Amino acid sequence: MKGSTLPFDGTPEQEQALRLKLRELKTKEGALMPAMQFAQGLYGYLPYEVQSIIADELGVTLSEVYGVATFYSQFSLYPKGKYRIGICLGTACYVNGSQAIYDRLRQILGIDSGECTEDRLFSLDATRCVGCCGMAPVMTVNDDVYGRIKPDDVEKILDKYRRA
Amino acid sequence: MDINRLRQIKEETFKSVGNRATHSALTGMNYDRQVLVCGSTGCSSNNSQKIRQRLAELVAERGLDRVHVGQTGCFGLCAAGPVVVVYPDGTFYSHVKPEDAEEIVDSHLVNNVEVQRLLYVDADGKTKPFDEIESYCRQLRHALRNCGVIDPENIDEYIARDGYFALYKALTEMSRDEVIDTVTASGLRGRGGAGFLTGRKWKFTKEAQGDKKFVCCNADEGDPGAFMDRSVLEGDPHCVIEAMEIAAYAVGADQGYVYVRAEYPIAVQRLAIAIEQARNYGLLGKNIFGTDFSFDLEIRLGAGAFVCGEETALMTSIEGHRGEPRPRPPFPAEKGLFGKPTLLNNVETYANVAQIILNGAESYNTIGTERSKGTKVFALGGKINNTGLVEIPMGTTLKEIIYDIGGGIPNGKKFKAAQTGGPSGGCIPASYQDIPIDYESLASIGSMMGSGGLIVLDEDNCMVDIAKFYLQFTVDESCGKCTPCRIGTRRLYEMLCKVTDGKATLEDLDKMEQLCYYIKDNSLCGLGQSAPNPVLSTLKYFREEYIAHIVEKRCPAGVCKALLKYEIDPSKCKGCTLCARNCPVGAIDGAVREPHRIDPDKCIKCGLCASNCRFGAIVKA
Repeated sequence: MKGSTLPFDGTPEQEQALRLKLRELKTKEGALMPAMQFAQGLYGYLPYEVQSIIADELGVTLSEVYGVATFYSQFSLYPKGKYRIGICLGTACYVNGSQAIYDRLRQILGIDSGECTEDRLFSLDATRCVGCCGMAPVMTVNDDVYGRIKPDDVEKILDKYRRA
Repeated sequence: MDINRLRQIKEETFKSVGNRATHSALTGMNYDRQVLVCGSTGCSSNNSQKIRQRLAELVAERGLDRVHVGQTGCFGLCAAGPVVVVYPDGTFYSHVKPEDAEEIVDSHLVNNVEVQRLLYVDADGKTKPFDEIESYCRQLRHALRNCGVIDPENIDEYIARDGYFALYKALTEMSRDEVIDTVTASGLRGRGGAGFLTGRKWKFTKEAQGDKKFVCCNADEGDPGAFMDRSVLEGDPHCVIEAMEIAAYAVGADQGYVYVRAEYPIAVQRLAIAIEQARNYGLLGKNIFGTDFSFDLEIRLGAGAFVCGEETALMTSIEGHRGEPRPRPPFPAEKGLFGKPTLLNNVETYANVAQIILNGAESYNTIGTERSKGTKVFALGGKINNTGLVEIPMGTTLKEIIYDIGGGIPNGKKFKAAQTGGPSGGCIPASYQDIPIDYESLASIGSMMGSGGLIVLDEDNCMVDIAKFYLQFTVDESCGKCTPCRIGTRRLYEMLCKVTDGKATLEDLDKMEQLCYYIKDNSLCGLGQSAPNPVLSTLKYFREEYIAHIVEKRCPAGVCKALLKYEIDPSKCKGCTLCARNCPVGAIDGAVREPHRIDPDKCIKCGLCASNCRFGAIVKA
């Protein structure tokens, strides 16, 4: 089973909130995905420990939870950084040069898409179309959107968050 | 809710919204001026919410109680965003910033002087009212009729534009068969891609035997570069709810699901608000309009799997499993969600339904071409001036869309091809720009309508690279269930890499074509069956580009890195050393004030030197 090697730091309060929600969802048909979406909202990712709680409460096997977690790209087995960087590789951004920006980000941060830096400051995701093709190429950091950027702008943008 | 109350809401709310999207001065209105701020994803990501708040604050401060500041869905011209439109003047402000709010209020709203510097400048260099702009007046807004007009978070404004009157008409004046016959007669076809006749789909589901039936909406818009469905949900969520209810009545369902991608938070939120409002008005729930029709709706979020746009995969996903498709037959109309007969339509398809029921089949089937009726919404993107959302009658030519509506190609570049249908579609070369856009014409030239993404490519785009881009997407998104798609697309991708690396032979082209047809014929679902289309269509229309990569080891568009060479023009190089200092691999050397040189063995072709050179001395060869 693949997953993060960073230690799990969930609290008893989180576990209680999760179990409560799972008992409510259990009566619904097709509850597994909404349950996992809730859990990821709570913990930020789906480590082994959280998948076990979901399997336990919903009465499905752990392998089924893991199967769904690895099928959908939105479910993450790795934690996210304090600043989540998304770089759009949708068509409009791609034809306007977003690959070069993505390459520059990987080079500077030393991580690949889906991963998190060791200091948990930045995580990187190559995303599909984020929907503002008029600003292509687009990079997002948490809720901030940077449009019409060039590879040389990347370092400056990251610095803003390093200093924050 | 009864019809009298509905009419009353319509009349009352009309006083607040009636003077939008019109220049005529109406009497008895609650407001003299309507200031509408686009609140869809494109403009929101550019601070449009702050602009609206600031405008509202200032209007309140100045005591302008005859001015209304409201949010709407997408106006369509995303490239000009954030967009603010003032009615009845029709003033169209583009690229507005929050700090511009004060000037708009004081100059325009208080002193009646438009803020010249913020006015949108049309292609002919003139500023004009919103509805007279070249790219706008050539459109026909049917599915998008409320986008940019009403506040999507206010059900009353939807009702003021005849909202839920179609549902009332269907439930009280029409039999289930009459509803289906009207939709069939309208000629409406599925807007999700395949173009199946909507009325026939409804008929199959109605005729299916089952104690329980479902109606679903496919809002898992996954084509890169497509955002039509998102814009409808963000701008007019109630029209989808109303249409799903009409469909549910026709086929005999009482429960619906909207499967929407989680990447669309604003659309999800607005839809949730709309469902809640409809429930509160008794327009969703038990015994709607006092009839024995009951219906409720639930939102299910996708989790980022492109294949879930395929109908059987979508249902498997709603059931809570890995979103893998299943073989058809049985079709969803017989055995769909949770094993029950299920109707599934796409967002844009639903967006047309209420108007068809309200105004009759003829209001729709008189628009369009012989076999493709009505309008189609396209998301224009790529190398085009007016990036955004357009709705045109079927049969409009590609040329009209790109030049008249889209404003042409930026920077005087040459139009090379248009990509329609995303990873399932193909590239239409510039030589076919006079082809009318409808289902049959597009299919006849090896592309497809798809859901409506239209990506414009210019001379700087390499067609092999574009095909490779789509194949990489399919490889990533193939669910892995069937071998032809899982392994076939990967092999095809590797062959394309060989071409862009300059390592392929002409024989490989034949092998590629063979593999394409193999994947098409043997894959389980639409994803695999259509995955080779980008390769086949580029091979058909741009074969010479493939051959240039293979024989001349050259990428004509200068995109494919492995075939690129950066060189320094010694006559232009001033020896400033900037490139050498910036080169990440130390591939450039030369003495100060002497022409520099790039070592091709060390160069990683990152392009940093070329983007830094102030004298244009570094050229791609």
